[in-house]
Amino acid sequence: MKIAIASGKGGTGKTTLSTNLASYLAENEKVVLVDLDVEEPNSGLFIAGQLVHEDDKYKMIPEWKLHTCSLSGTCQDVCNFHAVIRLGMEVMVFPELCHSCYACSELCPTSSLPMVPQKMGVLRHYQKGHLSFVESRLDIGQEQAVPLISQTISYIDQEFPEDVIKLYDSPPGTSCPVIEATKEADFVILVTEPTPFGLHDLQLAVDTMRELNKKFGVVINRDGIGNDGVLDYCHIEKIPVVARIPSDRRIAELYSRGELIYTKIPEVKQQLLQIGKYIKDLQIGVNE
Amino acid sequence: MKIAFTTKGTEWDSLMDARFGRTEYFMVYDDEKEEISHFDNQSAADTAHGAGPQTAKILFDLNANVLVTGNGPGGNAATVLQKANLKIYVGAGEMTVKEAYDAYLNGKLAEF
Amino acid sequence: MKEIVVISGKGGTGKTSITASFAYLGGKDVVVADCDVDAADMHLLLKPEHLQAENFYSGVIAEIDQDSCTSCGECAEICRFNAIPVANDIYTIDPLNCEGCGYCARICPVEAIAMNSQNVGDWYVSNTKAGNRMVHAKLGIGAENSGKLVAKVKNEAKNIANETEKEFVIVDGSPGIGCPVVSSLSGASFAVLVTEPTVSGFHDLERVYQLVKKFNIRAGCIINKADLNPQVTEKIEFFLEEENIVHISSLPYDEIFTEAMLEGQTIVEFGDNALKEIIIESWEKIKNVA
Repeated sequence: MKIAIASGKGGTGKTTLSTNLASYLAENEKVVLVDLDVEEPNSGLFIAGQLVHEDDKYKMIPEWKLHTCSLSGTCQDVCNFHAVIRLGMEVMVFPELCHSCYACSELCPTSSLPMVPQKMGVLRHYQKGHLSFVESRLDIGQEQAVPLISQTISYIDQEFPEDVIKLYDSPPGTSCPVIEATKEADFVILVTEPTPFGLHDLQLAVDTMRELNKKFGVVINRDGIGNDGVLDYCHIEKIPVVARIPSDRRIAELYSRGELIYTKIPEVKQQLLQIGKYIKDLQIGVNE
Repeated sequence: MKIAFTTKGTEWDSLMDARFGRTEYFMVYDDEKEEISHFDNQSAADTAHGAGPQTAKILFDLNANVLVTGNGPGGNAATVLQKANLKIYVGAGEMTVKEAYDAYLNGKLAEF
Repeated sequence: MKEIVVISGKGGTGKTSITASFAYLGGKDVVVADCDVDAADMHLLLKPEHLQAENFYSGVIAEIDQDSCTSCGECAEICRFNAIPVANDIYTIDPLNCEGCGYCARICPVEAIAMNSQNVGDWYVSNTKAGNRMVHAKLGIGAENSGKLVAKVKNEAKNIANETEKEFVIVDGSPGIGCPVVSSLSGASFAVLVTEPTVSGFHDLERVYQLVKKFNIRAGCIINKADLNPQVTEKIEFFLEEENIVHISSLPYDEIFTEAMLEGQTIVEFGDNALKEIIIESWEKIKNVA
């Protein structure tokens, strides 16, 4: 069972929900939490576990071979991303702009740009009781999140059996990294706030999920702070509201210190229980 | 010696463009021949990503010795410009080209 | 003309509410640019009326002309992005997977593949209720913000400011530390960093400041929700002093952000409240130091 936790914009409480839900569910069963916000993974700030596996992740980039190069300039002409530039007698490669399309390498008349692996980030796997926590972190300066997200998902698919609950903390927004993080999910939880900003960004996220043909539901965070706009919208659009996490200054304080919330605030635990039940129902197909 | 400026126009009175990668023009002043030439870089606006190194390549091909600009080039562009052995002076983003040239001559601009 | 760019690194710090307040206070003296295109929410507070709308094109995407395609399959073989599925011997492009590298178009033996520029959204010039012009954009599904779009929005705003002789351009900057935020900062006269005293808030502030520093842009900082975690606030203040960043102001944790938002108002027009004075003072300070 793969559940992606996503949101239209940052700062809605996506990471708070992911870490608390994972820790809560892991009290009774095996759970995998995966931080796919590879540009800024911070689920790890809330989960302390024992490192059991670490793996450098690579992408393929061209490497210039001076001695065979005829300086034809084909490489820079075929690169749509300006990642290869011929500068006088030299060819320069900008790895962070490279999308690994292989065009320059395979179209080079003298095969002077073989593709070689280049480190783009690192994957770490921690264990704490029933909870497995996996995070991938892009190296500073790397701009392509998608390849690292997809390799992280492959790692999860290999390491864990199908029936284990897997929670994917997805990157914010509606662009390519989110699509990559959610496209294999069985269900997507969209986290939002009951405010005009929250509603606006939720609508964008819903459009994206519909485009991808995903099953999804909404969790309202900081419930009580705003108005009924989000609830009304979900009602009209027939989107299930899976849980409503109350607004509470104590939550903001716990978060600011990097602490889990549900162990201290019973109302939050109650809502997690509800999400847990929803996931169980999904597993046996009740919510079809 | 050739001195390149990132500019918004093609005259001495034109404003400088504080940006490097997406500068609208380069003005190049050859102080030996006392000649000005310019290069229209507005097509950089069509580049989604990687405008910096692309523009740096153009400057490389213009064979300038000195670059006078505003903020300074980003990391990728700076790498290209290093190859060109170019001296870069920043802080002229809000001047006219003439003022920027005077500031450069009088040593008032910081080296990047 | 001065260009003031507001950035935060992390989402949810109140950046957009604060920027909209400055835009409101600036009134006729400013032009507003919303470069936070992924979560473009400022229009919900400033209520712009569109004067002009234009399509925005960015990047290219492959398209196969089925009439000339011979189904040789060479394109699908070289495509690294699984973007050319085949069914019943018909090859098509999956637009969500296509990266626009153009490799397929270059090697197609019968030139059946064209790379077409993609209409990824629209950009607008509008009049806001604060009496100023605003340039903003809306992206389509799966489209990502780019340095190009940010540059476009900012340039339009700057042109308007020059033509109408306005003193300031206020930019709501992009999140993160990638290409869009680089483009947001490029050419700025002054950067306003909005942060909050959380572990991740401080972390992101440090990261985004590295960029600001690299571009030699002077900066000031607003600490929102400062009383939420006094220890982290103290750390941030120390950081500001060490890096010579102007500490513009600290705002207390206050639900007024949300209450004003619910009314579609900026904080400074929402009756008398504790934050209003601080934000007015902040804007005065920014105008003086920028």
